[in-house]
Amino acid sequence: MFSLESLTTLVQDWLNKTFPPAIALLFEFVIVGVLAIALFAALGLVLVIMERKVAAWIQIRLGPNRVGPKGMFQSAADTVKLIMKEGLTPDGADKFLFNLAPFIVMMVAMLVLAPIGFAKGFHIWDINIGVLYVSAISSVSVIGILMAGWSSNNKYSLLGAMRSGAQMVSYELSVGLSVLSIIVLTGSLNINDIVLSQQNGWWLFKAHIPAIISFVIFIIAVTAETNRAPFDLSEAESELTAGFHTEYSGMKFALFFLAEYINIFIVCAIGATLFLGGWMPFHIGNWESFNHVMDYIPTFLWFFGKTFFLIFLIMWFRWTFPRLRVDQLLNLEWKYLLPISMVNLIMMTLVAIKGWHF
Amino acid sequence: MFIVDYLKEVYGAVKSLLVGMNRTGYYFTHHKEIITQQYPDNREELNLPERFRGEVVMAHDENNEHACTGCSACELACPNGTIKIINKFDISPEGKKKKAIDTFVYHLELCTMCGLCVEACPTNAINMANTFEHSVFNRGLLTKRLNNPDSKLKAGVE
Ligand code: SF4
Ligand code: SF4
Repeated sequence: MFSLESLTTLVQDWLNKTFPPAIALLFEFVIVGVLAIALFAALGLVLVIMERKVAAWIQIRLGPNRVGPKGMFQSAADTVKLIMKEGLTPDGADKFLFNLAPFIVMMVAMLVLAPIGFAKGFHIWDINIGVLYVSAISSVSVIGILMAGWSSNNKYSLLGAMRSGAQMVSYELSVGLSVLSIIVLTGSLNINDIVLSQQNGWWLFKAHIPAIISFVIFIIAVTAETNRAPFDLSEAESELTAGFHTEYSGMKFALFFLAEYINIFIVCAIGATLFLGGWMPFHIGNWESFNHVMDYIPTFLWFFGKTFFLIFLIMWFRWTFPRLRVDQLLNLEWKYLLPISMVNLIMMTLVAIKGWHF
Repeated sequence: MFIVDYLKEVYGAVKSLLVGMNRTGYYFTHHKEIITQQYPDNREELNLPERFRGEVVMAHDENNEHACTGCSACELACPNGTIKIINKFDISPEGKKKKAIDTFVYHLELCTMCGLCVEACPTNAINMANTFEHSVFNRGLLTKRLNNPDSKLKAGVE
């Protein structure tokens, strides 16, 4: 059966045979880098058109329908347009920070990609603190956003950045706690171990109500963390024009835009890994024959299927709910999500200690 | 009890969110009905809603008569000075002077299609038309005269 793992071993063996180890490692770096960039570009194109189509269908419209069959090449045309545009730096802006900010945001998105398991035995970096690494690195992106907002020398940008800061700092807690509740069950921070622990069923189903609660909290909190509607206060078109990236144009704007979608992909990938078993096919307990049939679907398809399901869920939120006010946003986090996820964590610990899960 | 209220609130919130998602999910899965007009593909058979506001027009009947008394209520109601009423004085058969409309100037380029003038008119002389293809090459063409030349006030309209 085709698997990406055999492909990577093949490449590695061949490289190590032909070149000295140091050079082979260098080549592997290059290959990984190219693959990551290719993934980013592909994701950007796919997610943008997906978002626009989902939005259109939910709002009973047709959506983009001019470029290519059914408008499927619209995002490619948009990209070409953005590349051609001038990347303007305003006169009053802090030039260095202004130009650095999009790259920081992008770099964070790239770094978070490292420990994610895309398929069986197919990940960039198998570290034993994968989940911790992801939650640590992803909070750096708020620095990029603050930098963008502050250096723009524009009140809208600054307001957007400040809102974004408040939002990310508070919602990170709920994300952390809901992630912890799965860590309690698996007893490991390694993403591979977490996936393997779902061999006989996904945690969402195995760990009863606490898992479902923490899944819901996780989805809400990551929606807020990626600055997506209904939590898009930092962009809030109707109030702040475009929030922290008001002053950006051309490719620098595109980087922010891309980073937003990459972040959605990443948080959904993490969500899929923790709650829906990552690349693990759909297994039910000890039904050997059923599990065997499911194993025939390649693992990377499982991974992308689950991730895109979660992405669709988040898009569905965006086009359904109205935007919150700042006070409502903080109320929701500190008065509801955080206490609930704390209680939920205790329940989950009880479940884990007593072994009530399957 | 505080905790009961709290849980009730959470339950209500989750429920209302699910109702909303159910609605949009329904729209998403029933993609047959499209409410937007596929303009300009369907330019021939455009199907605009009755209350669509394209521009202000003044209705004239077959005798070239309108219902505008020249009272200037629309001019006063317009928030952005789109309308200018120029009046003249007719001499009635009894020899009395009577105010009447001379020119109803309408600056389409200023109009925001708010419809306040139509609301304000006491005699329903003006209304909003459905036409919306207003592009022209010369800005002067956007300043329109709404009352036809030689038109006059309908009898019986005060
Ligand atoms: S529609 Fe509004 S803006 Fe236009 S003429 Fe009437 S009152 Fe003025
Ligand atoms: S259109 Fe109506 S409101 Fe305006 S001047 Fe004529 S009668 Fe008066």
